[in-house]
Amino acid sequence: MNRAETEAPPESPPLARRIVQEDGVVVEHENFQGDYRLLRLQAPAITPLVQPGQFLHLKAPHAAESLLRRPFSIYQAADGVVSILYKDIGRGTRAMTFLRPGETLNLLGPLGTGYPLEDRGTFPVLVAGGYGMAALYLLAKRHPNRGIAFFGGATPGDILCVPEFEALGWEVRVTTIDGGLGMQGKVTVAIDAWLAEIDETVRPEFYACGPNAMLKAVGDHALARDALAWLSMDRNMGCGVGACLTCVQKLHTEEGGWTWARVCREGPVFETRRILWDEEKAT
Amino acid sequence: MTPVQAAPDLRVNLGGIAMKNPVMVASGTFGYGPEYADLVDLNQLGAMVVKGIHLEPTRGNETPRTFETASGLLNAIGLPNPGFDGFVKTYMPFLRQYDVPVIVNIWGRTVDEYAEVARRFNDVDGVHGLEINVSCPNIKEGSALFGTDLDMFRRVVDAVRARTRLPVIPKLAPNVGDIRAFACAAEACGANAISLINSFPALAIDAETRRPELANVTGGLSGPAIKPIALKLVWEAARAVSIPVVGIGGIFNATDAIEFLIAGADAVAIGTANFTHPGTAMETVRGIAEYLDRHGLARVGDLVGTLAA
Ligand SMILES: Cc1cc2nc3c(=O)[nH]c(=O)nc-3n(C[C@H](O)[C@H](O)[C@H](O)COP(=O)(O)OP(=O)(O)OC[C@H]3O[C@@H](n4cnc5c(N)ncnc54)[C@H](O)[C@@H]3O)c2cc1C
Ligand SMILES: Cc1cc2nc3c(=O)[nH]c(=O)nc-3n(C[C@H](O)[C@H](O)[C@H](O)COP(=O)(O)O)c2cc1C
Ligand code: FES
Repeated sequence: MNRAETEAPPESPPLARRIVQEDGVVVEHENFQGDYRLLRLQAPAITPLVQPGQFLHLKAPHAAESLLRRPFSIYQAADGVVSILYKDIGRGTRAMTFLRPGETLNLLGPLGTGYPLEDRGTFPVLVAGGYGMAALYLLAKRHPNRGIAFFGGATPGDILCVPEFEALGWEVRVTTIDGGLGMQGKVTVAIDAWLAEIDETVRPEFYACGPNAMLKAVGDHALARDALAWLSMDRNMGCGVGACLTCVQKLHTEEGGWTWARVCREGPVFETRRILWDEEKAT
Repeated sequence: MTPVQAAPDLRVNLGGIAMKNPVMVASGTFGYGPEYADLVDLNQLGAMVVKGIHLEPTRGNETPRTFETASGLLNAIGLPNPGFDGFVKTYMPFLRQYDVPVIVNIWGRTVDEYAEVARRFNDVDGVHGLEINVSCPNIKEGSALFGTDLDMFRRVVDAVRARTRLPVIPKLAPNVGDIRAFACAAEACGANAISLINSFPALAIDAETRRPELANVTGGLSGPAIKPIALKLVWEAARAVSIPVVGIGGIFNATDAIEFLIAGADAVAIGTANFTHPGTAMETVRGIAEYLDRHGLARVGDLVGTLAA
């Protein structure tokens, strides 16, 4: 495990976090890779507050009929500029594709409770699918330790940011369903292979963001090895700040029952032991 | 020397609740206050209506709970809440810090439950009024009936009125044959004001999967899509009663709010717009003041019910 030498000291978890509303000014908007676009926004009030795993809730212009904001993980945050990587999948993200430099869009952020940055003497294992590579980038940058990252996708176009993670000192292993890049299959295939390689003394700690099935699989791997797994859950959102109760996720309670938690406030990151998956029987 | 024109008087007395301006936030769209405290100055609100409170904690519906439609939002949250005790313990100390009337939205599954939750709020310091949610379309066990059956509606308002010392504001459902009958019944039962409208029962379908978009199947529609419906119902109700009326439904800016005042509302509440822009209520207060100034009106009351029809 290497210490990160180049980075600023990791910040403490967002205890006294603050939310800001700010008009972000588009400074750059371009095709990033595959179906993803990079949107960089000047947002000097939000940027310094950002913790890894937090998100922005933004109001896309050019979509008058669409009332709600849309959540996006913060990819990078430095020098007064925040950026996101996004994919056009519906009316809000379609409208975002028309954004041009100099335009403003209203932002709420940074929102949510992100990944913990404590050094528990564990070996960090990042697992990402889809926009998860963006969501994990700041963690990769600010985590006190360096480890390994597993990126999974359907095709090579889905695999983002490999050079960026390598530049931060992480080993990156890729899987694609079509076998066009890296190992063929799901990301768990590569994780299994790695777990078989490593020696017993390595204590992994997982940090994941991606499709639900992937998160569940990562959680199961962690449970099997008595390791921690921090999973970033994706839920459709309304307000983004905890008021509307749209984004709720079932969590186990200590008494053996369950309770709802707000993904926008208590989450999006939860430790896998707390999550009550939909297929489990809730009582 | 020209006299300095005084700022317009925005104060409203809502059936005994003294408000510094006519702009409130609608139940279920502003949480219990702390959710938005970082972003806006709560002291600028005319009043705060908190999310519906029941006797006992309630979990609410499965997900998905909301779905965005054209200029609207469909929701079936299912009234999750911390229950009376949880609300009073967790949120009242926070709310008491502000110089803003707190109106608690209450609901029950039976007439007795409504009456009991109303009674318990008599002893809670810092609560200024009770809004009765008889019109939530989401609870299967009877609340839909309370809002649309005139006899059931009377029984609930009567029961709450009999148990509380606080001003009572029944919140009317929009899906009734004659809104005036419900407005008049509320007044006859001793309500201090009425509010309307709650969200409109509606359905959204995913054509590909042939499934409903909401776990609850149906939900309540809110947002600009329902504003013209709400304006018509407020206009009808306001002319039928002499108690104050709170206009709700699709208000996204000061102009929307002013339209409700012209239709006869004494105050307005901002709902879905809070999700889009948390500062909508504050901007609406400023916009109303500016409008009164521009039209040479000294008091906000001078605008109420002035539809030239
Ligand atoms: C915490 C969080 C972080 C996110 N980070 C990113 C990110 O960094 N980059 C990125 O591209 N996307 C991210 N998303 C997803 C993004 O918010 C959605 O893609 C976006 O809201 C879709 O808006 P739309 O109007 O284009 O689609 P809509 O028209 O709203 O939806 C189109 C279709 O996609 C489905 N859909 C909508 N939202 C989601 C969702 N959140 N998950 C799965 N399906 C959905 C809808 O049900 C519908 O079928 C994140 C979501 C969350 C909750
Ligand atoms: C997410 C959501 C939750 C709501 N919860 C409640 C509630 O608990 N009690 C209630 O009386 N009305 C509730 N409402 C209805 C609103 O208070 C309001 O009457 C309705 O949304 C119409 O106003 P709008 O178009 O400005 O949103 C809720 C509305 C939304 C969108
Ligand atoms: S999105 Fe409204 S509570 Fe989370």
